[in-house]
Amino acid sequence: MASSDQILQYCLSGLSTGAIYALIGIGFAIIYNSTGIINFAQGEFVMLGGMLTVFFLSVAVLPLPAAVTAAVLVATLVGVIFERLAIRPLKDAQPITLIIITIGGSILIRGIVMLVWGKDTHALPAFSGNEPLFVGGATILPQHLWIFVITVLIIAANRLYFHHSISGKAMRACSYNARASRLVGIDVKRMVLFSFAISAAMGSMAGIIIAPLTMTSYDVGVMLGLKGFCAAIIGGMSSGIGTVFGGLIVGVLESLGAGLVSSGYKDAIAFFILLIILFLRPQGLFRKGETERV
Amino acid sequence: MLRGEAITRTFGGITALDDVSFSFAAGKITGIIGPNGAGKTTLFNIITGIYAPTEGKVFLEGKDITGLAPEKLARMGMVRTFQGIELFPQMTVLENVMVGRHTKSKSGIIASAFKLPGHIREEKNIREKALSWLQFAGLGDLADQEAGSLPFGRGRILEIARALALEPRIIFMDEPAAGLNSRETRELAGLIRKISELGITIALVEHDMELVMDICEEIMVLNLGRKLAWGTPREIQENREVVMAYLGEG
Repeated sequence: MASSDQILQYCLSGLSTGAIYALIGIGFAIIYNSTGIINFAQGEFVMLGGMLTVFFLSVAVLPLPAAVTAAVLVATLVGVIFERLAIRPLKDAQPITLIIITIGGSILIRGIVMLVWGKDTHALPAFSGNEPLFVGGATILPQHLWIFVITVLIIAANRLYFHHSISGKAMRACSYNARASRLVGIDVKRMVLFSFAISAAMGSMAGIIIAPLTMTSYDVGVMLGLKGFCAAIIGGMSSGIGTVFGGLIVGVLESLGAGLVSSGYKDAIAFFILLIILFLRPQGLFRKGETERV
Repeated sequence: MLRGEAITRTFGGITALDDVSFSFAAGKITGIIGPNGAGKTTLFNIITGIYAPTEGKVFLEGKDITGLAPEKLARMGMVRTFQGIELFPQMTVLENVMVGRHTKSKSGIIASAFKLPGHIREEKNIREKALSWLQFAGLGDLADQEAGSLPFGRGRILEIARALALEPRIIFMDEPAAGLNSRETRELAGLIRKISELGITIALVEHDMELVMDICEEIMVLNLGRKLAWGTPREIQENREVVMAYLGEG
């Protein structure tokens, strides 16, 4: 029987990975809402965040904040280029075609990274040491705090942007009614480009803040991307609080399952949840009906 | 103001518009009427960039705008409303109009991230302008309602308010009175006159003859894809060909 301290421990580490899944999930949701497609290359932006930071730290020998900024910028640029080269030329294509293209894109990005930086696993130093902090009977690392703080900041900035800026409102407008958006002069294609830029930036940031805990390599994007996808599905593809809860639920259940049952089932748990949600509530846990698309 | 030259549009073997030329005078309210299938909506869709014409050209203040996309036209000062209302139902009434001022906004995504103070000022500015357009259209007290919850007639007015927020020089309205009751139609007529008084050119396709004869200064009649007549409401009412086209010969 696990002690309550242990349970607390599992929950805390689950919440921090859950926060990462939430960030990745919101990236899925933003692109889905502006284009109607699931971008399966989302995980690669996450991987690029971690790998590029490693590169800028070790090869370009930049200080950590500069390396992080450079990595986010480059990953965002990759997102923009990806939209330009792979999505925009086919804008009238069926969503399924585009989704398959994103899968192809993800394989391509992963392959290039593997060729350039190899298959090794890389460690990223923690942002501020590894001295554990005690919370009740559990311990967390400073990096966990970084994850919480950065996630909250990104989600708050996101909300501010989408609800309190005219450019964000225009992006929301596109997701509600693309035809009406064009009528009021919104360049829908530009908004799609923005959505890829924002998702790539958020995804890469998620990849950077998790890398000190889990290490990073050319293929971490697959699993992280799929977990983020679970979060977005649970959240009903909302780019708001629903997906945040989705991420936290996946993170905590995964961590509890791994700790209390068997760590071999860690990944299976996320997909088990995904299947149950898809069978029982395909519109997500936090959505009233299928008609609403926020 | 807006000129069309020899516009022809075919769909497969069917000629929806055949060599139609027209010129809408600046600041006037022009009505486009005609029996069903006359090509009114096709003409509208060509002018507003939904379709490209098979032949012919459209000029806005002397500039060739043939086939430009709706968002480009909106930025050039030409907007339209649809027969079925096209709103952002999950946003508030005010937000709907604010989005209409998007084209007037300078700050893009980068600016909004880095220039917060200027951005907040602009946001406030946009909010105030949007609110003043809502008040102009008589929707001021509904600002915070969700647009999806508005009754049909109010939604139509909101769509017009949103179009006005783009500060257009010319507005196209596709059957603005469709689905409105007589009181709402009277309100609409009042609003259209008020818009015209601002110096904005208005063109509308409409089936409600009473409304057209009441508010339009010039009328173009289409029949079977051709321009049948052009004139003041009085001239049109007295035109035998027009009467025959509507009533059938006999």
